[in-house]
Amino acid sequence: MMQSQFDIVVVGAGPAGMSAAVEAAKHGATVCLLDEQQRAGGQIYRNVAQTTPAQAKILGKDYLAGGRLVQELGQSAVDHRAGVTVWNVGEDGAVTYSRNEQAGQVRGQHVIIANGATERPVPIPGWTLPGVITAGAAQIMMKSDGLVAQNAVLVGSGPLLYLVATQLLAAGAPPKALVETQTRRNLMSALPHFFGAVKDWKQLVKGMRFLVTLKRAKVPRYTAASEIAVEGTDHAQAVTFRAGGKDHRIETDMVLLHQGVVPNTQISRSLKLDHRFDDIQRCFHPVTDALGQSSHPLFSIAGDGAGIGGAKVAAISGRLAALNALASIGKIDAGLRDTQAAGLIRSRQSELSIRPFLDVLYTPPEEVFAPADDTIICRCEEVRAGDIRKFAAMGCDGPNRTKVFGRCGMGPCQGRNCGLTVTEILAAEHKRTQNEVGAFRIRAPLKPVTLSELSALSDTIHQDKTQ
Amino acid sequence: MKSSSNSATADTIVIGGGLHGCSTALHLALRGMKVIVVEKDRVGRHASSANAGGVRRLGRALPEVPLSAASAQMWQNIEALVDDDCGFVASYQVKLADTDEQMDQLRARAQQVRDIGFEHEHIIDQQTLRDLVPAVSPACIGAMAVKGDGFANPFQTIKAFHQKCKQLGVTFHEGSGVDRIERAGTEWSVQTADGTFVAPNIVNCAGAWGGKIAAMLGDDLHVEARAPMLIITEKMPHFIDCVAGAQGIPFSFKQFPNGTVLIGGGHVGTAHPDINKTDLNFEGLATYAKTAQRYFPIMKNAKIVRCWAGIEGFMPDGIPVIGAGQADNVFHSFGYSAHGYQMGPVCGKILSELVIDKASTLPIAPFAPTRFAA
Repeated sequence: MMQSQFDIVVVGAGPAGMSAAVEAAKHGATVCLLDEQQRAGGQIYRNVAQTTPAQAKILGKDYLAGGRLVQELGQSAVDHRAGVTVWNVGEDGAVTYSRNEQAGQVRGQHVIIANGATERPVPIPGWTLPGVITAGAAQIMMKSDGLVAQNAVLVGSGPLLYLVATQLLAAGAPPKALVETQTRRNLMSALPHFFGAVKDWKQLVKGMRFLVTLKRAKVPRYTAASEIAVEGTDHAQAVTFRAGGKDHRIETDMVLLHQGVVPNTQISRSLKLDHRFDDIQRCFHPVTDALGQSSHPLFSIAGDGAGIGGAKVAAISGRLAALNALASIGKIDAGLRDTQAAGLIRSRQSELSIRPFLDVLYTPPEEVFAPADDTIICRCEEVRAGDIRKFAAMGCDGPNRTKVFGRCGMGPCQGRNCGLTVTEILAAEHKRTQNEVGAFRIRAPLKPVTLSELSALSDTIHQDKTQ
Repeated sequence: MKSSSNSATADTIVIGGGLHGCSTALHLALRGMKVIVVEKDRVGRHASSANAGGVRRLGRALPEVPLSAASAQMWQNIEALVDDDCGFVASYQVKLADTDEQMDQLRARAQQVRDIGFEHEHIIDQQTLRDLVPAVSPACIGAMAVKGDGFANPFQTIKAFHQKCKQLGVTFHEGSGVDRIERAGTEWSVQTADGTFVAPNIVNCAGAWGGKIAAMLGDDLHVEARAPMLIITEKMPHFIDCVAGAQGIPFSFKQFPNGTVLIGGGHVGTAHPDINKTDLNFEGLATYAKTAQRYFPIMKNAKIVRCWAGIEGFMPDGIPVIGAGQADNVFHSFGYSAHGYQMGPVCGKILSELVIDKASTLPIAPFAPTRFAA
C-alpha cells in the first residue's frame, strides 16, 4: 500500500514544482510530487535527463540547466510519482489522480500548485485545420519524440517563436518564414521599459542572437502582420496575411502558432481561488502574496501558474512556496521563513526585470482578442466569435452563460482553448472589464478520466479508510 | 450598475427564476397577468441547468403520477408553449432489473400504477429489452418501460421558458435576493437587493431556498439543500435511444444527440446553499461509474469530461410542496426533490390556476404545505 498522507503535496514537476519539493524535503517535510510526464522537468525542461548530445545541441544551454534540478530531486527524499494524471484537487487537500489506469489519492496538509503555463489560444481563421499546431507543441515533439516540423511557417509573437525557429534551424529544418504580429508601435511602447530590461542583459543578448541566427540562415521575417489566416479545406495549405501594405501568401502544410503563454488556471479555478486579470499580460492569474499563498489557506501557487515569469523565476518561487507551506504547517517558524525568503524575493525581483519590456514588446495584437465573426472560438463545440457576440446581444454577460446559449466551453477541454477569448469578446461587447466578466467555472475531472479508472477509486478510498 | 431605487407593481411576484418560477410566470402571463420574477442569482442558475434533463413518468411517486401524465402531454407539444422544442426527444424510459427480486418489485409497482388508473408503465421481458436497448448488459433480465418518455435539454428549456416569458412582458430582476417581505394593506411588498416590488400575489418557487422564503411569509416548511451529482462523458458513437434507470439503485443514464452520455440518478455531494457552492463526493461518483459499467459494459473505457453537482431542495417525504400558504394570496411550489424538471410545464399551469381561480384542475392535495403541520 502506497503512502497517502503527506505534509506537502506538490502538483507539477517543472522548475517550480521540483524546487518546491526539494526545498520542502530539505526541511524534513514528507513530500509527494505528482507529475503528468514520465520524467521530471516540466514543459521547459521536458525530457532533460534523457537528452542525447545531438538533441542537446539543438535545444541549447538553457534547457540543460534544468538537469541540475532534476538531479537534486532524484537525490532528495521526495516521493515523486511520475506519469500520473491529476484530475481533482479537493478543498481538503486531497489530490486525486490516475496512473496506469488505476486511481490514487494523496492528501497534503498543504498543497503547492505548480502546474505552469499554457499557450494562449490564437483564434485566427483556419486555426482548427489539421497541420496547424502551437509552437509549443512543435517544441514538445522535438524534445520528447525527436520529431521536427518541416517547412513550417511560424506565426505570432514572443520569445518562444524565435527559440523554436532557431531550434528548427539547428535540427536541419529551417522554417519557411516567420510571420510576426508585433509592430513598431509595440517596440516604441516597450522602450521605456528597456533600462529595466538591461539589468537582465544576458536575456537580451540571447534574444538578439536568435534574430541574428535566423537572419544569417535567410529565414524570411515579416513584421506587423495582420489579417492572418490559414487556408485549406481539410488540411492547412497556406498562410495568408497583410504586411508592409501588401497581401502575402506562403504555401505550407505546417503552421506553428504562438502568442505567448498564460498561467494554467484549471486547478486554481476549480478550487474557486481568487483570480485577477493582468492588463499587461492580458490573462487571469490567481491572487497570491509574495510567498505564493493563495486566497485559501491550504494552497500555495508557484511558478508560471501564478503569473508568467519564466523558468528561473519559477524555480525561485517554488522555494518561496515551500517556505510558505512549511511555515503554515508548523515545520518551520515564521522567522526562519522570512529570513530565508528575503534573499529569494530579491533575486526574483532582479530576474523579473526584463518582463515589462517583453510583455509590452510582444503583447498580442487586438485581432487575437477580437477575432472576426466567422472564426471558431470553441473548438470542441464549434462556436464562432459571431455566435458569442450574438449571445451577448441576447443578454449573455459571462462565460458560464455562453454554455446555456450555445454549449461554448462544454467540450473535453473545458474552455482551455476558448476561455480567455470568450472573456475578451464578452468584455468588449458589454464594455466591461475582464474581471467583471469573469471566467469559466472549472469542474472535475481536470483531465478526462475513464469510467473504469473512476470506479477503481472507490476501492482506493475504501482501503484508505480501513487502514 | 444596478440601481437600488427600483420600484414596480405587478399582479404577481414570482420568487425564484428557475424552471418552475419561469413556467409559473409564463402561465400567469398567458392569462393576462402582469408578472415580476425576482431571482437571487441568474435565471436557471441552479437545479434548472444542473439537472439530468429526464422527461419521465416512469417510477414517479404515486401522488405525482396524474401531474406527471398531464405534463407529459404538454412536453409532446412543448413548441406550442415556448416556441422551441427544448431539445425534447421522445423514446422510452426503462428501469432495468438484473435480479429476480428487482423484477418482482417492478411488477408490483406497475400494478400499483394500474390500480390508480394509469396504463403507461409496462413490464418487458429480456428479449424485448434487448431489442429496445441492444447495448444493455446480458445480465439484465427485463425492465419496466414507458413509451413516449425521454429527455430534453435543460439549458435549452430554461432559455426557451425565459425568452417566452420576456416576450409576454414578464419582468425579470436577476441578482435580486429577497431581504424582506411585508404586508401593505392587501398587497405584498418584496424588498430585494434590486429594489422593492409590490403585488397582491406571491408565488414562492425558490427551490432549495424555498424554506427561507416560506419563513418570511409565515410558513414553516423545511426543505433540505442537497447536491445531486452528474457525470458527462465525451462524445461516443450513438448506441442508445432510451433513458435507462435501475430498480432500487440510484442510476440514470442517457445519450444525448451530440453523443455525450449523462450519468446521474441520486448520489449527492455536499451543498452550501448560502454561498452557491457544491462539493463533489468521489465515492458517489465512483459508484455511478461502477453502476454504469454493470448495466452498460460498453462504458468501461468511456471518458468522463466533467462531473458537477447542482443545488436542489428536498422535502422530508420526497415530493414537492404545491399549494396555498397560510397568509392571503401566498402560494408555494418548491422542494421538487430532484425530479421537478418533467413537471415544470404542468406545475406552472397549476400555480397559475391557484393564483387566478383559487383552485387547480389537477389533484394536488397530497402536496399541500399543511401536511407538515405538527
